[in-house]
Amino acid sequence: MKDAFGAPQSLLVLGGTSAIGLATARRLIARRARTVWLAGRPSPALAEAADSLRALGADVRVVPFDALDPESHAERLGKVFTEGDIDLVLLAFGVPGDQARDESDPLAAVRVAQTNYTGAVSAGLVCAQALQAQGHGSLVVLSSVAGERARRADFVYGSSKAGLDAFTQGLGDALYGTGVHVMVVRPGSVRARASARASARAKASGAEGPVSEGPVSEGSASEGPVEAALATTPEAVATAIELGLRRRSETVWVPGALRVVMTAVRHMPRPLFRRLPM
Amino acid sequence: MLRPRTPEEAVAAVLSYGHGARGAIARGLGRAHGDAAQNAGGTVLDLTGLTRIRAVDAVAGLVVCDAGVGLHRLTQALLPLGWCVPVAPATRHVTVGGAVATDVHGANHPAAGSFSRHVVSLDLLTADGQVHTAVPGMPLFDATTGGLGLTGAILSVTLRLLPVETALMRVDTERATGFDDLLARFTAPCHRHRHTVARVDLLARGAATGRAVLVRADHAPYDALPPRVRRTPLALRPGGLPGGLPGSAGVAALLDGLRSRAGRPGTGRPLPLAAFLHPRDGLLRGHGRRGGFVRYEVAVGDGQEEALRRVVGRIAARGRAAGPGVLKRFGEAGPGLLSFPPAGPGWGFAVDLPASSGGLGRFLDELDEEIAAAGGRVRLAEDARLRPGLVAAMYPGLGEFRELRAALDPGAVFVSDLARRLGL
Ligand SMILES: Cc1cc2nc3c(=O)[nH]c(=O)nc-3n(C[C@H](O)[C@H](O)[C@H](O)COP(=O)(O)OP(=O)(O)OC[C@H]3O[C@@H](n4cnc5c(N)ncnc54)[C@H](O)[C@@H]3O)c2cc1C
Repeated sequence: MKDAFGAPQSLLVLGGTSAIGLATARRLIARRARTVWLAGRPSPALAEAADSLRALGADVRVVPFDALDPESHAERLGKVFTEGDIDLVLLAFGVPGDQARDESDPLAAVRVAQTNYTGAVSAGLVCAQALQAQGHGSLVVLSSVAGERARRADFVYGSSKAGLDAFTQGLGDALYGTGVHVMVVRPGSVRARASARASARAKASGAEGPVSEGPVSEGSASEGPVEAALATTPEAVATAIELGLRRRSETVWVPGALRVVMTAVRHMPRPLFRRLPM
Repeated sequence: MLRPRTPEEAVAAVLSYGHGARGAIARGLGRAHGDAAQNAGGTVLDLTGLTRIRAVDAVAGLVVCDAGVGLHRLTQALLPLGWCVPVAPATRHVTVGGAVATDVHGANHPAAGSFSRHVVSLDLLTADGQVHTAVPGMPLFDATTGGLGLTGAILSVTLRLLPVETALMRVDTERATGFDDLLARFTAPCHRHRHTVARVDLLARGAATGRAVLVRADHAPYDALPPRVRRTPLALRPGGLPGGLPGSAGVAALLDGLRSRAGRPGTGRPLPLAAFLHPRDGLLRGHGRRGGFVRYEVAVGDGQEEALRRVVGRIAARGRAAGPGVLKRFGEAGPGLLSFPPAGPGWGFAVDLPASSGGLGRFLDELDEEIAAAGGRVRLAEDARLRPGLVAAMYPGLGEFRELRAALDPGAVFVSDLARRLGL
């Protein structure tokens, strides 16, 4: 059960090597969290992530999970819930894709969509059902500012997040009043720190790599000025998630200033938007 | 949420709904501040539909009543007969079942003990649909009194009452200038009052930390009544009184307003019984998580006054308390395995803190460590945030409680959010 301040005792991170997922888990372990399930494709990085959380004193278990295999979700994730209540499900998997390649290779683009959207629809619904049966708990979904308006630079990724975002909002409305809380988190571009780079490296080494929301931008030269100003870190996102849980927020922007900026961006005429350096 | 209106309906509800995946828990008027009477995803048995006062023995001073009867109604029924509920929490909007299940205490704990000490027997509906009668001395009784509804649903209670001559209290107030003065006055041997409670000014810091108003009271004997009230000595008076007695607003100010004129020291002031016993009913309704406040209620045994001083001092220094703290004295505890008052004589302190004030969770965790190190405890019935690892140290009876519960209810039919959160 969560305590009076919304601090969960048990959590399930879908995307067990995600920098944001792990930063959030670390933060919550420092509060009340004792049981952490890390769901992801079995890999050395996943095992390493589990060990790093164990070192903080949590009871960490790993469950094999592949976003691209929706048929397995009900059984794999269902099993987690039979072992005990889950107070927080953090849906943190996703791939950034490679816009240039994805545009020229439709199947690669489809894989991005299937991971970020289709996989999340299936895993999200499986967990939502289990949470509803429990009658309590939060489902926190990592969307992205990129989903607010498709940009030339990453519209394959952005459109998958747009779909995920709309799906999560609808799910939140569907679960309203059931005791289950659904929260959409929209981070700006996430600047990688050491931990995130490690997972990026792991991603590069494995054939497909663990499916997890790694760094979307690493502060490369391609980063526009608006984006740079509104960049964030996994730790900042984790802080915002903890606060959102306490407040039972439905939407969280990180950094918070994005809410205003994106309202302006959303209503910008397309010819102007196209020329925006971002 | 089910609301049975007869014991038979309650049995049927437990047998048909309680055995679902998420179990069931009894609820009275839902006045516990934490999640003791909540059961996410499962069944809540609202027992306020069981409202019969079955028998009153006005000679021996015994009442047999359903668990859903409120203390307010019980008092209304009994006072004209010259009997009073022996232990009263600061609100009268609680049920008899809730009072037993959380083993409530009042300002008269040293003299009277907690609620369950006055329970002659109780009928408990267990997970198998059977109704057991438990009397003092039985393990089932010890597990159920203060057992937070986790042994089953209490259906009815036989309660021993306190004889009173009038419906008034004679109240003395005095001021304490600081923590040491407060404790000294509390335990001063010259006072023989049945009830004593102190309202601690949590705005006072430094040397003034612990500054408080002590309120002492006894049931007023007939002879002490003002002449105008003598014709109806046992009439229940919730608010204003004839004869220049303060109305409910004045009472609240007297009991709670530390700097108000009414809070000035005085002796022999007569107050309506309900107004003294249940001061919080005159105040703001919002409470618990729902009202945006977290209640923090702790107890330490005698000899651990320094820990108490640090806790009170830290809460005062933080400066966010919503109103004064309440300090009470505890006497010997009853047998309840999870009852709050600690084994021997000691102190109880309670305060409301706004949940939104930043870092409150961490702050209270630190206080918990302090209390636990002093052999003290946090009150489970009011809790919504304790770290589960501390419960066993705070409640030595927990092991025995768990064993009994496992034998009585192997399927854990009776379960609450509190029990899940703390692993009771
Ligand atoms: C303003 C205020 C002041 C208070 N002051 C005091 C005080 O001075 N001293 C004190 O001791 N307490 C005090 N309390 C706490 C309150 O008295 C207890 O929490 C009491 O248990 C609430 O009774 P209820 O009927 O509302 O029970 P609920 O809040 O509904 O339930 C409390 C617990 O009792 C169990 N329960 C209720 N009915 C039954 C039943 N029939 N069978 C089995 N289990 C049952 C529930 O499962 C739950 O675990 C105060 C509370 C408030 C709001």
